[in-house]
Parts: sequence; C-alpha cells; structure tokens
Amino acid sequence: MAEARPARRRRAGWADPLFRGGTAVVAALVIATVLGVLVVLLKDSMLSVRKFGFSFWSTRTWDPVAGEFGALPFIWGTLYSSVLALLLATPVALGIAIFLAELCPGWLRQPLAFLTELLAAIPSIVYGLWGIFVLAPAVRVLEVHTPEILRRTALFSGPPLGVGMLAAALVLAVMVIPFTATVAREILKAVPVAQREAAYALGATRWEAIRLAVHYGRVGITGAVMLGFGRALGETMAVTMVIGNNPQVSLSLFAPQHTMAAVIANEFTEAADALYLNALVEIGLVLFIITVVINGLSRLLIWRMGRTKARPMVATPEVALAA
Amino acid sequence: MPPETFARRYRVRKMTSAVMTAFCAASVVLALIPLALILFFVLRQGLPALNWAFFTEMPRPVGEAGGGMGNAIVGTAILIGLAALVAVPIGITCGVYVTEFRTSRLAPAVRFSADMLNGVPSIVIGIFAYAVAVLPFKRFSALAGGVALGVMMMPIIVRTTEELLALVPSTLREGALALGATRGRAVVTVILPAALPGIVTGVLVALARVAGETAPLLFTAFNNRFFSNRLDQPIASLTVQIFTYAISPYEDWHRQAWAGATVLIAAVLLFSILARVVTRRLERMHRA
Repeated sequence: MAEARPARRRRAGWADPLFRGGTAVVAALVIATVLGVLVVLLKDSMLSVRKFGFSFWSTRTWDPVAGEFGALPFIWGTLYSSVLALLLATPVALGIAIFLAELCPGWLRQPLAFLTELLAAIPSIVYGLWGIFVLAPAVRVLEVHTPEILRRTALFSGPPLGVGMLAAALVLAVMVIPFTATVAREILKAVPVAQREAAYALGATRWEAIRLAVHYGRVGITGAVMLGFGRALGETMAVTMVIGNNPQVSLSLFAPQHTMAAVIANEFTEAADALYLNALVEIGLVLFIITVVINGLSRLLIWRMGRTKARPMVATPEVALAA
Repeated sequence: MPPETFARRYRVRKMTSAVMTAFCAASVVLALIPLALILFFVLRQGLPALNWAFFTEMPRPVGEAGGGMGNAIVGTAILIGLAALVAVPIGITCGVYVTEFRTSRLAPAVRFSADMLNGVPSIVIGIFAYAVAVLPFKRFSALAGGVALGVMMMPIIVRTTEELLALVPSTLREGALALGATRGRAVVTVILPAALPGIVTGVLVALARVAGETAPLLFTAFNNRFFSNRLDQPIASLTVQIFTYAISPYEDWHRQAWAGATVLIAAVLLFSILARVVTRRLERMHRA
C-alpha cells in the first residue's frame, strides 16, 4: 500500500496536465480555423488585389468577359441594404427587448422569447422563397400605388418590379430582429434592479425608469445593434432571391441591385478563369474583414456589459434556442 | 413650479410612458406577423404538395409532373452527418475547455474566435471549404460540403456546450474531485453525463440549423440529380434543390420548392421545441 500511493499520485500528476493540454490543442483548432479562413482568402485573391489595387473598390464595371472587375456596386448594395434593414429593425428589436425584459407578465415571457428567437431559426432559403412568391409581389403592389410626386424623387424612381432594394431591406430587417432583440434583452436583464428602484423612488414613470435602464446598458445595446448589422452584411440567399441581382449604384428603393454575398453565390461556379475567381474571393475577403471587425467590436461591447455576471452571456438566438 | 404646470407635465409624462410601453408591446406583435405569415404560406403551399413520392423519388425532368426530393433529403442527411463528424467532437471538447479552464489565457481567445466564426457569413465559409476541399481534388464533393457545414456548426456547439455545462452545479465537480478523480475523469464521468441530454439537443439544434444552410453548399457539394452516396462526388441537398426550383420558371417546381421548405421548417421547429423542453427539465433538475 505504501508503494501504491505515490504511484497513484504520480499518475494523477500527469493526467491533469494531459487533459488540459489535450483539450487546449482542440480548442486552439477554433482559433486556427478563423486564421485559416483569412489565409485562404488572402492567398486566393492576390491576383485581383495586385492587378486592380484600390480601383477594384471604386469602379463600377463588372465585365468578366473583358476581364474588368469593379466591385463598387456590390459593396454599395451590401451597405445600403444593411443600413436600411438596420433602420427598420432596430426600433422593433429594442421594443421587443424592452417588452420582454421589463414589461411582459411572467407567464408570457418564455413563449414570446421563444417565438422571436424562432425567427432566427427559419432557414435563409425559406425567407428567400417567401420573399420571391409572397413579399415581392406585395412590395410591387405598394410600388405601383406610390404617389407620382414621390416617384419623381431619387428614392422611389424606377419601374415597380417588386424585387429590388426595398424587398431586400424588408427581408433583412425581419432576419436581423431576433439577433438584436435577444442580446439587448440579456443586457437589460443584467442591469441592476436598484437602478429602476431608484428611478421609481424619485417619482419616475415606468418609461422613465426603462429609459434609465437602457441608458445604463447603452454600451451593450450598441453591441447588440452592431451584431445585427454584421448579420445583415453577410446574409446571402434570402437577399439574392429578392434584390434583383443587378449591379448598379442607385439610391432608389425600387431599383434591383446586387450585394457582395449575392455576387459570390451567383457567379462562383461560373468563374472560369483565375482572375475572375480571384476577384470574387477578394469580395469574400473584404466581406470577411468587415464582418469580423463589426462582430469583434460588438462582442467587446457586449462583454463589457456582461463581465460582471458569473454565467457567460447568451450570445445569439441559436444558442439561446438550444440553451 | 405652479401646481397646474406640474399637473400638466405629469399628465404628459404619464402619456409618454403609456405610448412608449404600447409601442414596445406592438413591436413584439410586429415581429410575430412575418413569422406567422411565413409559417402560414409555407404550410399552405407546401402541405398539399407533400406526398410519399416527395420523400422517395428523384426529380423528374422538366415538364414531367411528379417526382420528389428523395435524393436531396438523403444528401442533406449525409452532409449534416459529415458536418457532425467534424464539429461535434471538436465543439464539445472546446466547450469543455472553456468551461473547465475558464481562467486560462486561451479560453477567452477561443470563445472570441468561436463568436467570430459564428459571425462569418456562410458564403465566405463556402469559399474556405472550396479552397481546402474542392480545389485540391478538382471536383465538387459531398466531403467539401461536409467541411463547410462542419465549420459552420463548430462555433454553435462550442457555445451551447458551454452554456449547458454552466448549468451543472459546481458541487458535482467538487464532489468528483474530492473523491480523487482527475479533472478529465470528473468531466467524462460526472459533468458531461449531467449535461448530456442538453448537449445532445444542442447538437440537434445545430444540425437543424446547418441543414438549412444553402450558400456554402452552392460551390462545395454542388448538386446532383440522382441518388448518390459517394463522398467524392457532388451531392444533392434539400436547400440547394429548393433554391434551384424556386428560381426556375416552372409551376410544378415551385410546388416542390414549397414542399421542401415545409420539411425544413418542420425539422427546425421540432428540434427547437425539443431543445427547449429538455433544457427546461435540466434546469429544474439541477435547481431542485
């Protein structure tokens, strides 16, 4: 017995570091994957980056046959559609977050939270299918009935097609809502109750107390909004099915336009020569960098709010749905 | 302040409060309208188009009515199976690492990377899979599709595992360690089993989620008009098939696309509800 004991202790001595080291190596794979994606995108876009330089992002000609690639219409379409979606989605998402965190009767909270998170669980392709056959025709009716005075402005010019920027922004807004709402709700729940009690004690109305809580959580709520923006930037299928896939830089909500993700989805398999493929990968590279920066900032903001809690913050609706 | 002014201001403040709280309630309804509309249209258009042939037959050529998405359903099953093979072991191990060694310097970096990866657009993940699994072999393949979906699935599993392990009371871990278990043994025999039902449903939700992905499959798994079980060949998937049919000009194909969407939505709903039920039970169990 006296000999067995030190032997056991020795075994336990290497078992813990081995477990720690082994899991650490696997965990590091996740970091390696992110770096791997970056390396692959850099490597496979070099041809295009070298040939066009910055003019790739400032010219409008996209002519694969002539070997001329300018991605301005795509980056315009991505930014324009995402900003529009954000304008539509943010007030609604914050309203949902406030309702679920502050106002909702207890028995209704779980089911309503589940239903809003379900919006994030619906596959993008289903949004697209619905967009083509239900939303776009409805948008077309709306466009046809837009008064003539408005139609003369740049914002509403062009023929009423149904598919176009407006339809894309609407679909994106719906898809983004659950992301912003879920995170903003968690942020509001993390705001100390004392904040509200203090407000009520000073005679604040319900809304004034809520405003105080929102103000307290503003950093994290900004993060939640940015998270939604990051989602909108990268959304592919639903957008490509309703935006019309026409590369042009236009302010018009009715005009069919194009996005970065959509052009990759549509043209990647057709890219016959190396330069064409590299141009598409360069678009992917920039999309990657933009989304990583936006997401990174948003996580840092969210974490700054959530750090005080022992439990890690629920990150996204998919995680919230599962956990 | 004269009392009338005060009373007037108070009324305005009460009104603002009522209007704004009403707006918050209305926004919930506003968000649920599209949800209801989508479910309604998918079921209305999709249910009548669902039949036995849809699940068992291959697509017919244009103009010939009937046929189904049997090959695409099998294809999606193979693709998410491959994805799970990549993502489940890595994801769970990763989730264990970030919970067990929360204070290590690597853990926040891993969590941050998982969140980054979760936010990378699926189409970009597709390019990555194309570069590592299509280009070297010069052909689209089920394997490449599996890699793409696996990379998408990994961060979801990391985060759900982490969330669920956090539900396991620390007294269980401490008990195991006090009995002389190594950390690895405590994890494998005590902590993971305690969280297992939750982790399993987390995996199911992740599976349902990547089963709904289209963009990364367009140029990795590509598509296939026939039944296929070869991993080195292009393979059909439910989502790519829905996409192809949706943008086609044929009525019959549109009907099939709706039917496919119904199957997808049913799977997603089923897994999400299941996950909810299991997690609630788990929470109650550990709190009691």
